[in-house]
Amino acid sequence: MNKKLIRRRRLKNALFQGVLISIIVFSIIMLLLLLYQVFKVGFSHLSLSFITSMPSRFADRAGIASALAGSIWTISLTILFAIPLGVGTALYLEEYANKQSWWTKILELNISNLAGVPAIVYGMLGLAVFVRFLNFQRSILSGALTLALLILPVIIVSSQEALKSVPSTLKEGSYALGVSKWQTITGVILPFSIPGILTGSILAVSRAMGEAAPLIMIGAAGYIGFMPKSPLDSFTVLPIQIFNWTSRPQAEFQDIAAAGIIVLLVLLLSMNAIAIVLRNKYQNRMD
Amino acid sequence: MKIIYNNVDFYYGNNHALKSVNLNIEENKITALIGPSGCGKSTFIRTLNRMYEHIPKTKITGEILLDNENILTDAYDLAELRKKVGMVFQKPNPFPKSIYDNVIYGPKKHGLKNKDALDSLVEKSLRKSALWNEVKDKLNKSALELSGGQQQRLCIARCLAVEPEVLLMDEPTSALDPQSTLKIEELFQTLKESYSLVIVTHSMQQAARVSDQTAFFLNGEIIETGTTDDIFTNPKDQRTNDYITGRFS
Repeated sequence: MNKKLIRRRRLKNALFQGVLISIIVFSIIMLLLLLYQVFKVGFSHLSLSFITSMPSRFADRAGIASALAGSIWTISLTILFAIPLGVGTALYLEEYANKQSWWTKILELNISNLAGVPAIVYGMLGLAVFVRFLNFQRSILSGALTLALLILPVIIVSSQEALKSVPSTLKEGSYALGVSKWQTITGVILPFSIPGILTGSILAVSRAMGEAAPLIMIGAAGYIGFMPKSPLDSFTVLPIQIFNWTSRPQAEFQDIAAAGIIVLLVLLLSMNAIAIVLRNKYQNRMD
Repeated sequence: MKIIYNNVDFYYGNNHALKSVNLNIEENKITALIGPSGCGKSTFIRTLNRMYEHIPKTKITGEILLDNENILTDAYDLAELRKKVGMVFQKPNPFPKSIYDNVIYGPKKHGLKNKDALDSLVEKSLRKSALWNEVKDKLNKSALELSGGQQQRLCIARCLAVEPEVLLMDEPTSALDPQSTLKIEELFQTLKESYSLVIVTHSMQQAARVSDQTAFFLNGEIIETGTTDDIFTNPKDQRTNDYITGRFS
C-alpha cells in the first residue's frame, strides 16, 4: 500500500516536471524559429547603407535611418517623461498617501486598471489631447507623451512593488536618527529599491519601443525622408516602418522588413543590456 | 531627573496601550523595563522619541519632560528630539551600505560634510561601541558581512554618531547569541558613564545584571518602580513578585 503510494507520487512528480520542461522547450523552439526566419531573410540586407539611408520606393536603396532616429528620439523622450513621473507617483502612494483613505484606494485600483487598457485607446487619447488640444501636431513630442502615458501604469505598479520590498526596520532605523522623510527616501528607500524599479521600467520602456498602434493613431508618418531634428518634427518609428514595408506587395520590401526587425531587436537588446548593467551596479553596491 | 513622565496615556485606535504612566528616568543610569509580552514596554520607549508618529491612528496625552522641556508639543522639533534620544532596535538593522557609511549616515544627513570630521567621528563612535578593533581595517566593507552581534554594535555606533544623550534599546540582545549578548551588556556599563540608557528586556536575568532602576509593566500600567535591587529582592506588589519568580510570563 505504502509502496504503491510512493510510486504514484514519484510518477506524478516526474509527469509534472516533464510537462513543464516540454512547455519551456516549446516556447524556446518557437522563439528560435522566429529568429531563424528573420535572420535568414533579413541578414543579407543588413549593411551600413541600410542603416544610414532614408526609406525609398526602390527596395535596394531603402534604408532605415529616419525610423531609427525617430525611435531613439521617441523612446528617449518617453523615458524622460515616464520614469520620473511614474517613480514619483509610486513614492507618493507608498510613502506619503494615507493607505486607508478611499481616495488612495480608488487611485491604486484605477492605476492597475489603466495597465490593462489597450494601446490603441491611448493613441486616441494622445490624438485628442496632445495632437489637437495642446496643438503639438503629429510630432515626436506627441508620440513620446502618448507612449509615456501608455507605460506609466506599469512603471507605477512595479515601482510600488519595489518600494514595498524595503524592510520597515531600515526605514525606522533612519527615522530614529532624526532623519526626515525625504532624506530617508533618498538615503535608504531609493537606493534599496532602485534595482527593482529599474527592472520594471526596462520592461515597460521595451514595450513602448515595440508599439506601433498608438503612434499610427496620433499620425506618425509611414514615410519620412529626413532626419528629425527637434521634438516638434514629424516622425516615424521602427515598428511603423517595418509594418509599412511588410504591407507592400513587392517581395524585396518584405526582405528589408526582416532586416528592419533585426535592427529593432538589436536596439531593444542593447537598451536592456544597459539597464541590466545599471541594475547590477546598484545591486552590488547594496550587497 | 533626565526624563519625567507625567500622566501619559497612549492609544492605538481604541486600544488603550499606556494608562496614566508616571516615571522618572535618571541621568547616567540604566533603567530596565520588564513585563510580559504586550504589556506596553515597547510602546513606552516609542513615546520617548515619538516613533509612534509613523503609525496611523495613534494618540498621546500627558507630558514627557526631557531636561524639563515637554517633548510632546509641536514646537519640539522631531529631528532635534531624535538627535538627543537615539534608538537601537530588537533586530540589528544596519543599512545595506559600508560600515563607514552606516556610521556617518545620521551626521551626514544632518549636514556634516567635512571629511576629517566624519573620519574622526567614525573612529570615535566605533570605539565607544567597542567595535573599532574588529572593523578598523574593513571600514569600506558592507555592514551586512558582520556577525549579528557586530551588526548590533554597529547600530549602536550609528546611534552614538549623532551624539545623543539618551539611548533607547528595544530588546537589543534578543536576536543574539550568549557571547554577543555578554559583549553588549559589558558595553552598557561603559555607555552609562556618558548616556542615560532605557532598556526593554524580556530577560529578567538581564535586567538584574545590567540595570540600576527597574520598572515593571503590566497591561499598560506601571505596577512598580524602584532600584533594581529592591524590585528583585523585595518587591512590594504581589504581581511584581509573581512575575519575577516566573509565576506568569
